[in-house]
Amino acid sequence: MRTYLLPEYIVERDDLKCTRCKICIEQCTYGVHYYNAAKNIIESRSERCVNCLRCVLFCPVNAITVRRNLNAYRENYHWTYEFIASIKRQAELGSALLSGMGCDRPYLTFWDKLLLNACQVTNPPIDPIREPIEIRTYLGRKPKILEFKTGDGDIELETKIAPDLCAETPILFAAMSYGAVNLNVHEALARAAVECGTYFNCGEGGLHPNLYKYSEHIIVQVASGRFGVDLKYLNAGAAIEIKIGQGAKPGIGGHLPGEKVSKDIAAVRMIPAGTDALSPAPHHDIYSIEDLRQLIYALKEATEYTKPVAVKIAAVHNSAAIASGIARAGADIIVLDGVRGATGAAPKIIRDNVGIPIELAIASVDQRLREEGIRNEVSLIASGGIRNSADVVKAIALGADAVYIGTAALIAMGCTLCQRCYTGKCSWGIATTDPEISKRLNPEDAYKRVVNLVRAWNIEIKEMLGAMGMDSIESLRGNREQLRGVGLTDRELKILGVKMAGE
Amino acid sequence: MYAKSKQISHHHNDDKIFSSCALFGMINLTGVRFTSREPLRAISSMRERGNGLGGGFAIYGIYPDFKDLYAFHAMYMNLKSKERAEKILMRDFRILLSEEIPTKGSNKLPNPPIFWRYFLEPEPSKIKDEYVDSDEYVVKRVRKINIGVKGAYIISSGKNMGVFKGIGFPEDIADFFYLDEYEGYMWVCHARFPTNTPGWWGGAHPFNILDWSVAHNGELSSYGVNRRYLEMQGYKCTMWTDTEVLAYAFDLLARRHRIPIKLIAKILAPPYWEEIDSMEIKERLMFTALRKVYGSLMMNGPFSIIVAHHGEMIGLTDRKKLRPLTAGIKGDFLYISSEEAAIRLISPKLDKIIRPSGGEMIIGRIKSPQSLEVPPLIRREHI
Repeated sequence: MRTYLLPEYIVERDDLKCTRCKICIEQCTYGVHYYNAAKNIIESRSERCVNCLRCVLFCPVNAITVRRNLNAYRENYHWTYEFIASIKRQAELGSALLSGMGCDRPYLTFWDKLLLNACQVTNPPIDPIREPIEIRTYLGRKPKILEFKTGDGDIELETKIAPDLCAETPILFAAMSYGAVNLNVHEALARAAVECGTYFNCGEGGLHPNLYKYSEHIIVQVASGRFGVDLKYLNAGAAIEIKIGQGAKPGIGGHLPGEKVSKDIAAVRMIPAGTDALSPAPHHDIYSIEDLRQLIYALKEATEYTKPVAVKIAAVHNSAAIASGIARAGADIIVLDGVRGATGAAPKIIRDNVGIPIELAIASVDQRLREEGIRNEVSLIASGGIRNSADVVKAIALGADAVYIGTAALIAMGCTLCQRCYTGKCSWGIATTDPEISKRLNPEDAYKRVVNLVRAWNIEIKEMLGAMGMDSIESLRGNREQLRGVGLTDRELKILGVKMAGE
Repeated sequence: MYAKSKQISHHHNDDKIFSSCALFGMINLTGVRFTSREPLRAISSMRERGNGLGGGFAIYGIYPDFKDLYAFHAMYMNLKSKERAEKILMRDFRILLSEEIPTKGSNKLPNPPIFWRYFLEPEPSKIKDEYVDSDEYVVKRVRKINIGVKGAYIISSGKNMGVFKGIGFPEDIADFFYLDEYEGYMWVCHARFPTNTPGWWGGAHPFNILDWSVAHNGELSSYGVNRRYLEMQGYKCTMWTDTEVLAYAFDLLARRHRIPIKLIAKILAPPYWEEIDSMEIKERLMFTALRKVYGSLMMNGPFSIIVAHHGEMIGLTDRKKLRPLTAGIKGDFLYISSEEAAIRLISPKLDKIIRPSGGEMIIGRIKSPQSLEVPPLIRREHI
């Protein structure tokens, strides 16, 4: 069938600059560039280009430019390029469209409608260069009340605190499974977590034996496919996370095609090599909240109550009630993943249309847990589309204890958000398990970039805290007085629990 | 003399009312009662720190004849609010005495509210049905009136103590309430400099619940989270001030959670993690637990406070000491003040002067051989 799809991008090459070194040909994993020996020039098949910019950045003479195709469909406000192109693609393929990364539709990003406070006159801002500002964050179940024994002047703590996580920053690395990304990515994130004093969630694909040495900084995930789950795995992690859902694809399972299931991945996932790794949409032992409770306690029993158990859900319409149930089912940490949360592969229609913004989910869950008097007993991690340190600060002010970053960490390593993770051809060596392409991601280099990112955000978080006159992050948690809204409706402000700027 | 218009509270709907202030507290450690003369002189000397928009006193030991009864001081914005509040009081309490608090008309204090006091105890038949102790019973009613009855505020609810406060310089307030006619063994005084005008009568300090009173100088950046935590514990903040939050925090921690006083200081102004990490294991676990569980009650931002309840007066600043606080001892007296000069004014030759470092608590307790405890100085060297 002849394609009616327009090339999305046009690759241009300055032939005067081009030295025919063929680096672009080697670097492109999508087969865009080829050498025409007869003419001694390098030519491009623009229709294959995904604008990952690998060739542009690796061309030693800066000869390549990738730009949007100016030939566009006769688009209008209602029928945009994307809708027209999707129809043409589906008309040719007859299948659901896949996509990678998070929802890119222009739904309101509430982070950009929230502004932070700062001290003027009535109290002094604090200078983080001169004064300590603390961002250590404990995650886990806390008792309602502490009891003490007092006798002959000595005070002793009687209450026992349940096992928890101690992160030196409120930023953790979100779950990305071995299979969706390769071992180099896992190693880079695990080492970055160790260096930053935080945690890396290994995702649902098991944990490679080489990474067990970092396990004090690893959260192991148990998802509906149960890949790689055994007692050793559960005991390896600092915490266990039960994944119910994911912001990029709420209500949808996972599918790692057999071609990607190499020998190594098969061994770690505990499935035969070359078979499809299917995560069912539900956990087939969890059809309701009481079943979740059983799994939480099964995992706690298995690890002899030495680790906190987190439950991750996609932010959906009634997250507040669900989160309350999860807290009462015995989870120590609740993870909310918003509509912008990313994925290695999801049906595009789901990614772009299911779920709710994380900002509203945090606000309503935090408020509900407070109304029920149990907010302080569980920790809340927000996830899905956190783009910079201000988003982190705003998330915490709305009511989160900490955030997960996934996309941001990958961008630090090289990802350019081309959204083709599902092809397995990631030219940056991230979302691929091809052993040759994976080599492009040097864990040494990638880990340094991630550490630098977290370090930079930590500095900025301290600057913002200091400006607000706080020297510790626990005073920010749920402190919505420090936020003001701009350009939001009364109802939006009400759900966020935030006043309008100027009020 | 009853007010007409302006005394109603919170005009601007601000998050909270900012204020800067002068504090002065004085306790006789053997429990001997004394008059307003010295404390009034001391607080009035710090006139620069107030602006005439709030002054107040908490006096302990003033009602020895009724020492077993709760003494409610009520502030009513109009007769209607008085009627509605009294309906609740008459239903839920046995009132042994109800009288107007004597006040002096003055053109310095225009439009004062109505002040009334009641000596009462919980209605025996009702408290039996609720399975709570009498303190909890009282707190519930105070909350009910302060939240539910428009224009009615119970500004003090302890036994054998009382709070007198309003808009004006402290000396005007003392004059207005004839405070020269009262005697107490402990006086906590406050002069206020709110940044929004006009101040309002209910916003003056000290704040009180049962016999806990708090006078405060500060501005808490953590107010939003402190308030939301306390609301989760069933408190509702009606006065829009940091100080109210502090009073409820003390009530929650000391009365309901029974946390030792020394540790309450470490919740409000905790040690830095760096210090906690270098403690011995047992201490480290205790201080880590305190920050984990009560992190939402950390008072972040500049503050100095004087907290009082029967037999005990406590002074504390934030952990960076962004507001001043000094203590002095002379004989049986302990003084805590925003400024040393105020103490020197009434007691020039002190036995001892203490300038606590940030987060360090001064505790004065009556009738105990080691009545004054000063925790060891914690050195902090940060670059």
